[in-house]
Amino acid sequence: MNERILAAATVGKPALNIGIFLAFVVVTLVVVFWVGRQNRTASDYYAAGRSFTGTQNGIAISGDYLSAASFLGIAGAIATVGYDGFLYSVGFLVAWLVALLLVAELLRNTGKFTMGDVLSFRMRQRPVRAAAAVSTLVVSFFYLLAQMAGAGGLISLLLGVPDDKSTLFDGQSAVIAVVGALMIVYVLVGGMKGTTWVQIIKASLLLVGAAVMTVWVLGIYGFNLSALLGSAVQNAGTNGDKILGPGLQYGKTGTSKIDFVSLGLALVLGTAGLPHILMRFYTVPSAKEARRSVVWAIWLIGIFYLFTLVLGYGAGALVGPTVIKNAPGGVNSAAPLLAFQLGGEVLLGLISAVAFATILAVVAGLTITASASFAHDVYANVLNRSASPTSEVKVARRTAVVFGVVAIIGGILANGQNIAFLVALAFAVAASANLPTLLFSLFWKKFNTTGALWSMYGGLIISVGLIIFSPAVSGNKETSMFKTADFHWFPLANPGLVSIPLAFLLGVVGTLVGAGKEHDEERYAEMEVRSLTGAGSERAEVKAPR
Amino acid sequence: MSTTSDRPLGDSSVYAQVQASPEFADLRSRLRRFVFPMSVAFLVWYLVYVLLAAYAPAFMSIKLAGNLTVGLLIGLLQFVTTFAITTIYVRYANKNLDPLAARLRGRIEGDGDDA
Repeated sequence: MNERILAAATVGKPALNIGIFLAFVVVTLVVVFWVGRQNRTASDYYAAGRSFTGTQNGIAISGDYLSAASFLGIAGAIATVGYDGFLYSVGFLVAWLVALLLVAELLRNTGKFTMGDVLSFRMRQRPVRAAAAVSTLVVSFFYLLAQMAGAGGLISLLLGVPDDKSTLFDGQSAVIAVVGALMIVYVLVGGMKGTTWVQIIKASLLLVGAAVMTVWVLGIYGFNLSALLGSAVQNAGTNGDKILGPGLQYGKTGTSKIDFVSLGLALVLGTAGLPHILMRFYTVPSAKEARRSVVWAIWLIGIFYLFTLVLGYGAGALVGPTVIKNAPGGVNSAAPLLAFQLGGEVLLGLISAVAFATILAVVAGLTITASASFAHDVYANVLNRSASPTSEVKVARRTAVVFGVVAIIGGILANGQNIAFLVALAFAVAASANLPTLLFSLFWKKFNTTGALWSMYGGLIISVGLIIFSPAVSGNKETSMFKTADFHWFPLANPGLVSIPLAFLLGVVGTLVGAGKEHDEERYAEMEVRSLTGAGSERAEVKAPR
Repeated sequence: MSTTSDRPLGDSSVYAQVQASPEFADLRSRLRRFVFPMSVAFLVWYLVYVLLAAYAPAFMSIKLAGNLTVGLLIGLLQFVTTFAITTIYVRYANKNLDPLAARLRGRIEGDGDDA
C-alpha cells in the first residue's frame, strides 16, 4: 500500500509542483528586477550598497546556509540512520560560534568586498589575493556542484522527470540547465541586493514550511517527543532503538569512527571559511550589524535544525525508512514524502517548491561570490590594477555567466553523484585553505605573506589531494564516485583531521621561514586598529568605490 | 586603496599611535580575554560530544526518560550552550567593547581626514 502512495506521490501532480515553483520564480524575478534597477556602483553589485540591516542579513545568511543538503539531507539521514544524522546538525550549528566570536565583526571592519581583501590586507597583494581567489573558486565550485547534483535527484522525485541513464541530455539535464539559467539572471540583474532578497524570501518559506510540518508531526503524537521517538523505533525494523543513539552510520569500524571525528572537525571549522558566507558580512553597514546578523542566523539555523530532528524521526515513524530508501531520490526524499503523508499533494507541492527555491537561491549566492572574487581579487588587483570600478563589475558579470555555464555542465555530469561527499569536500577545503590564514591574519602579529601562501595553497592541495585518494572517490562499491576503479590509499572519506592541523602548521612554519624580510609593521597597526574599532571601514554610502 | 604605497603617510601613523595607546590595549585585551577562552571552551565541549558519539555509543544510548537518550540530551545541550554563548557574547560586546571601540574610532576619524 505504501508503494501505491509512493507512486502517487512521484507522478501524481507534477503540474502542481511545477506551478508552485513557477510562482516562486515569478515573485522573486519581480523582486530582483525591482531592486536591480538601483544597482550602479561596484559596492551595489558586490555588497548591496551595504544597505541591509543585521536582521535582514541574518535571515539571508540562514537562507545561504540552509542548503538542500541541510534540509533534505539531514532529515533523510535522521529518518534512515537515526541519531548519526543529528550529528551533522550539531556540527553545522556550533560552527557559527567560530564566525560570531572570531571572524564576522573583524572581517566586516577590515575588508571591502571579498575574503581576499582581509587576507591580503597587510601582505603582498598579488600572490595572496590570487591564492584567496583560487581557494574561493574551488570551495564555491564544489559547494555549487553539490547543489546542482542534488537538483537532479530531487527532480526525479518531485516532478516525475526520470533520469535517462543512456543519455546525458534527458529531462533532468534540462531542468538543471533551467535552474542554472535562472540563477544567472538573478545574479546579473539583481547583483548582491537581488540575490539577498531571493535568500530572504527562500529562508522565510523554508522556515515556515518546516515549522508547520514540525507542529503537525508533534501534534500527531500529542506533543510528546518520546512517543514520536517510540513510533520511529517501531518502524525502524532491525535497527530498533539503535536509531536513538549514535553508531549506525559511523560506528561500524575503527576507521569509520575516526572518519566521523574528521568530519566533525571539518564541519565545525569549515563554516567560518566559506567565502559565500563571509561575503554576506559586507552587505551590512557596520560591525555591530554584522554581529546582529550572526545572532539572527544562529537562532534561525538552530531552530531549523531542531525542526529537522522532529521531521527526520517523524519521517521514520510515519513514512518508514524502507519506503524512503526505495523512493526515487532515496534518502533525500524523506522530507517531501513526509509532507505528502501529512498534507497530501498540496503540502508536497509547497515543500517541493521550497526545496527548489533552496537550490536556486544557494547557487545564486555562490555564483555572486565566485564572480566577485575573480573580478575584485584577480582582475582588479592582479591582472589590471588600473581597472575602473565599472570595468571591474563588467568582468564580474561575465564571470558570473561563465561560472553559471560551468555549473550547469558540472551539474549535468555530477547528476546522481554522492552529494554528501561534495559538501563535505567544500567544508574540509574551506576549513583547511581559508580558516587558518583568516585567523592568523586577524590575531597573529608576526604572520606574513609566506605563511599565508603556505597555509592556503598547502591546505588546498592537501585537502583536495587526500579526497582524490580517499574511499569517497574510489574503492568503495557502494558510496564512491567511481564505483569500479580503485586508486585510494587514504583511509578516511573526510580529510579534515589531517589537512586542517597541517594547514595551521604550514602557516606557522611558512611565517618562520619568511620572517624578518616581509613583516609590515605599519600595515599591521592599521589592520589591527581598524578590525577592532571599525575606523575607516566601508560605510553604507560609498561615494566612489576604490 | 589596495596597496601600502598609495595611501597617505599620516593616515597610517595615526593607526600606529592608536595601536600603542593604553585604551587600545585595553580594548584588545577585553576582546581576547572573552573570545579566546570561550572559543576553547565551546570547541572542547563540542569535541567531547563528537568523541562520546564515536567511542561511547553505549553510554549515549542509555535511556533517561521514555525514549529520550543521553545522546539526544547532550546533543540538545549543544544547542542550548550555542544559544547561551551567543547571548552572553552580545551582552558583553555591547557593554564592554562597543563604547570603547566607538571612542577610539571617533578619535581616529576626528584627527585624520580619511573617514
